[in-house]
Amino acid sequence: MALRMWASSTANALQISRASSSPLSPAFSLSRCFSTVLDGLKYASSHEWVKPEGAVATIGITDHAQDHLGEVVFVELPEAGGSVSQGSSFGAVESVKATSDVNSPISGEIVEVNSKLTETPGLINSSPYEGGWMIKVKPSSPSELESLLGPKEYTKFCEEEDAAH
Amino acid sequence: MAVPQAGKLGHPLMNLVRFKGLPILKQLHLEERLLRTSSDNWCIINDGTNQPTIVMGVSGKPAELLEIESVLCDQIPVIRRFTGGGTVLVDPGTVFVSFICNKDTVPGLQPYPRPIMSWSGQLYNKVFQGIGDFNLRENDYVFGNRKFGGNAQSITKTRWIHHTSFLWDYEVKTMAYLKLPARAPEYRLARSHLEFICRMKDYMPRSTFIDKTEEAIDTHFSLRSRESEDIETLPNIQFSPSTRPLTKRELEAAALASPSEGAFSHSSSL
Repeated sequence: MALRMWASSTANALQISRASSSPLSPAFSLSRCFSTVLDGLKYASSHEWVKPEGAVATIGITDHAQDHLGEVVFVELPEAGGSVSQGSSFGAVESVKATSDVNSPISGEIVEVNSKLTETPGLINSSPYEGGWMIKVKPSSPSELESLLGPKEYTKFCEEEDAAH
Repeated sequence: MAVPQAGKLGHPLMNLVRFKGLPILKQLHLEERLLRTSSDNWCIINDGTNQPTIVMGVSGKPAELLEIESVLCDQIPVIRRFTGGGTVLVDPGTVFVSFICNKDTVPGLQPYPRPIMSWSGQLYNKVFQGIGDFNLRENDYVFGNRKFGGNAQSITKTRWIHHTSFLWDYEVKTMAYLKLPARAPEYRLARSHLEFICRMKDYMPRSTFIDKTEEAIDTHFSLRSRESEDIETLPNIQFSPSTRPLTKRELEAAALASPSEGAFSHSSSL
């Protein structure tokens, strides 16, 4: 029982929403206890998402992640022109009293960075899959996507992770 | 020095290193290095740092947080650390306790800010049991509604650090270097620094605090005391810490750029 006191919130139920082609459809949630997982995205077990769109892929952190992190007050992002490696940190978010690494789900060249996050870091909380996107990358190894989790797998992963704590 | 404990069944190993008067920049560099390059669990206790130093969190803006003219005039070093959180002024009256752990070390603990903070509060509950109405209040350690311990964290994919600066004692004049922060806990209620904080020395002898902290840690982990020289012999993995001191030029530029520091004039060369 004492272990449950350490959970950051009550156990989350995860709901998958279908993403429309453009823009992403608004996440459906019954209450703040539900984290949203979108179709059409791939997910890393470190709670980042990637949306491949032809030559460029967009990356951010998931609704599950932002909910567990709390209010984001600062975002540290790389510069365009740099590179990212699958599984390695490319930036960080600050929330509560913590900096938390953000890791790239794929490798590639950074072609754009979301400069709005400097002035409005809270976009990561309010719109983790849309306005809160972090970087856009030109993938160097498209096959890396196959090693990532689909929406259903990620949903199950999050449920198991929350249940274990 | 704690007696090394034989491995207790089911308790994860925690390496304990104690310092006295280690410069805070060295402590932070060490912690960042252990977080990023070690795969072991570490507890660092630094009993006071050698000189007064201002330490800001990763996103700290000097113009918003510091009385820069006074800081420059009195040549107080300013450091930006790698963890989140607010600004503290540390000196020989500050006691530091830091935990650097693998994310699976504490059974059932999710590696996110709030669970880690809550876990730390439970550990220190054991230290301060029956003393001074101790509580973890909006991420601060308090006696009643007065803060005596500030916390900060950094979380990577596989590890985390939770470190605390405990106000054993402080000098009133040094608090004048810090502005009232824009982002403050609700329970602060716009109180000035001196009305908001309190001294641990009024509640517990210094050595008792350190001993009780080690005892509390020992209930969670299998403690192994390590000499500071042991850390020097760790594999020398290439690593550049992000924690760094701010230069005089940076502080002056911050002051000039700030409307509230409009009256600031260049100090004579120091």
